[in-house]
Amino acid sequence: MMNAEEIYNLLKEKFGEAVIGLEKENPTEPIITASPLQIHKISEFLRDNDQLKFDSLMCLSGVDDANGEKIKEEDGSEIIKGGTLSVYYHLHSVSLKHKITLKVSAPREEPKVESVENVWKCADWHEREAFDLVGIVFLNHPDLRRILMPYDWDEFSEEISRHPLRKDYKNPEFYQGMKIPY
Amino acid sequence: MGLLDKEFSEGNIVITNVDDLLNWARLSSIWQLGFGLACCAIEMMATSMSHYDFDRFGVIPRNTPRQADAIIISGTVTLKMAIRIKRLYEQMPDPKYIISMGSCANCGGPYWEHGYHVLKGIDRVIPVDVYVPGCPPRPEALLEGLLKLQDKIRNESLRKKSA
Amino acid sequence: MSLKTETMVLNMGPQHPSTHGVLRLELEIEGELVLSVKPHLGYLHRCFEKHSEAMQYNQVVPYTDRLDYLASIGNNLGYAIAAEKLLGIQVPERVEYIRVIMAELQRIASHMVALGSNGADIGALTPFLYLFRDREHILSIIEETCGARMLYNYIWIGGLSHDIHPDFVRKTKEFVNYFKPTIVELDNLLSYNKIFIERTANIGVLPVDTAINFGASGPTLRGSGIKFDLRRDDPYSIYDRFDFDIPVGKGLQGTVGDCWDRYYVRVREMEQSLRIIEQAIDHIPEGDVKAAIPKRIKPPKGTAYARVENPRGDLGYFIISDGNTNPFRVKVRAPSFVNLEILGELCKGHLVADIIAILGSIDIVLGEVDR
Ligand code: SF4
Repeated sequence: MMNAEEIYNLLKEKFGEAVIGLEKENPTEPIITASPLQIHKISEFLRDNDQLKFDSLMCLSGVDDANGEKIKEEDGSEIIKGGTLSVYYHLHSVSLKHKITLKVSAPREEPKVESVENVWKCADWHEREAFDLVGIVFLNHPDLRRILMPYDWDEFSEEISRHPLRKDYKNPEFYQGMKIPY
Repeated sequence: MGLLDKEFSEGNIVITNVDDLLNWARLSSIWQLGFGLACCAIEMMATSMSHYDFDRFGVIPRNTPRQADAIIISGTVTLKMAIRIKRLYEQMPDPKYIISMGSCANCGGPYWEHGYHVLKGIDRVIPVDVYVPGCPPRPEALLEGLLKLQDKIRNESLRKKSA
Repeated sequence: MSLKTETMVLNMGPQHPSTHGVLRLELEIEGELVLSVKPHLGYLHRCFEKHSEAMQYNQVVPYTDRLDYLASIGNNLGYAIAAEKLLGIQVPERVEYIRVIMAELQRIASHMVALGSNGADIGALTPFLYLFRDREHILSIIEETCGARMLYNYIWIGGLSHDIHPDFVRKTKEFVNYFKPTIVELDNLLSYNKIFIERTANIGVLPVDTAINFGASGPTLRGSGIKFDLRRDDPYSIYDRFDFDIPVGKGLQGTVGDCWDRYYVRVREMEQSLRIIEQAIDHIPEGDVKAAIPKRIKPPKGTAYARVENPRGDLGYFIISDGNTNPFRVKVRAPSFVNLEILGELCKGHLVADIIAILGSIDIVLGEVDR
């Protein structure tokens, strides 16, 4: 059983630059931030190392950080330029009973994160969901399609209404002839 | 009730008119297309189970639209599903009736405001005969809805189409 | 000369009586043999996560009800625990006891539907009727306390919406005594039924390593013989005070991890829930049912992840707070969503009719899969 600081030091030693920092001010769980394009080998290490043995991915969540520049449109709505989109990984080791949270952030305009689908199989659908709802592109994912929204959603929506969980999302008026707003 | 009151005292002849006979037959065996969509579906199941016993009104769940007279839309209709509902509805033979069960099917329910993928009311896609409000409606409410539908069928006529 | 055959693509759902909701499966079949199964989700995607961003913390609770609508209390509990973690508050002792009792009652009610529909899907309709009859007892007990039959909105952040009904303790005890013999009846009627065993034993075997790698949880995981239950392994609320067993699949009728094992784990789990209720019901302390928290909840900046053992498995809530009255992001790790992923693996090489048995034994709720 290791605490977050020890895990962080171990990772930092092994991966250097790819592990960015440890956010300790969070009241309930310390978060290790890492580089989105190195996350695959970090995950493999986390799973296979004898001291760590993170064999289960509890949760993978895509988040729109909304920390970019907010530009007002004429109709009162906002669009966000710049900033980041993040992915949180909650890991748990069933045998060693410790937990850790990882976070990677990718720029909003080009949100590319390495897929961990072949490290933990259950990441497959979680990543598809993050792609669908937040618009994060997972590199090397075998089957990156929409999962919850209709497959043909793009045909009926504009750029701004592709990914509903982005903070500047705008609902399209119609989908296949059905009115969407109330 | 217009049907049985003109019974002759000893024979087994009943005199009635065609409308009454047809309506009586129709309203006492409404076969529904089992269409569970969400939470309301569990209440619909509870209604057809032992405690509330939907069968006593002649409501039997069918699994294919081609054998069904009515369809109970029980639950949240999403945009993806609405297309399928429309298709299934079109496969049902006339006359067909629709009960919209639960606030979601009526108007979007709790999802009316931010539901980017929720259809705000099934009546935007297919016509509805009876709305049953509630989230979820109690089984008693669904039974009441069915009785309302029976009332509606009772007043139908072959000649003029009722609204 | 070899005969050329072509495989056929068959669509099952979204409107199908035994897909337990609006799930669409794309089957590739060769005769009766299933070569691959591709689930298509999203027919009940109700935008929970968007709603929770637009609501205040306590307004999210009714939406959590509607995720896994067969086990609303469990969903409320998970969300409340995550939010309480974020706020750093302790709830009164009385609340903890009532929460545990309610959650276990709900677990029994949820398993009743799961077992009943698993049986009904493969032809045993009678147990379904019996179980729904018994489920009404639980519903009416809970209804007396919080006024709703299904979606309770009962467990609030920092407490409960209402105190329990004065009759609650008596009625719950009555139910426990009533239900114990009913489990035996269920065993005789369905569990050891020859036809049921034929349909489920050795079907859809889930090996241990696949189960872990796919992140399976709940009875699906325990059916494969792994003793992992969050109530024991990562205790929350006051589960560490109670004495209960964790039933696991042993392969009594076939192979470890087959459909029958998953079914049987649920039956035995109902017994254990009764045990927990019996231990808790006499010790509910007096006191308040609300912790002292302000009406407008405004947690500090930060994130919290909490998970609870729902009837279907490991339910996790991840809440990000930016210091406002609305959550910045709520992500649900729904057990059915993860468990359903395994379906493709399990169905390979089985017959079309077995898919129904396998799907029933995984026990998904679409409200939770699609959210
Ligand atoms: S009306 Fe309420 S109970 Fe019915 S489907 Fe909608 S949310 Fe669920």
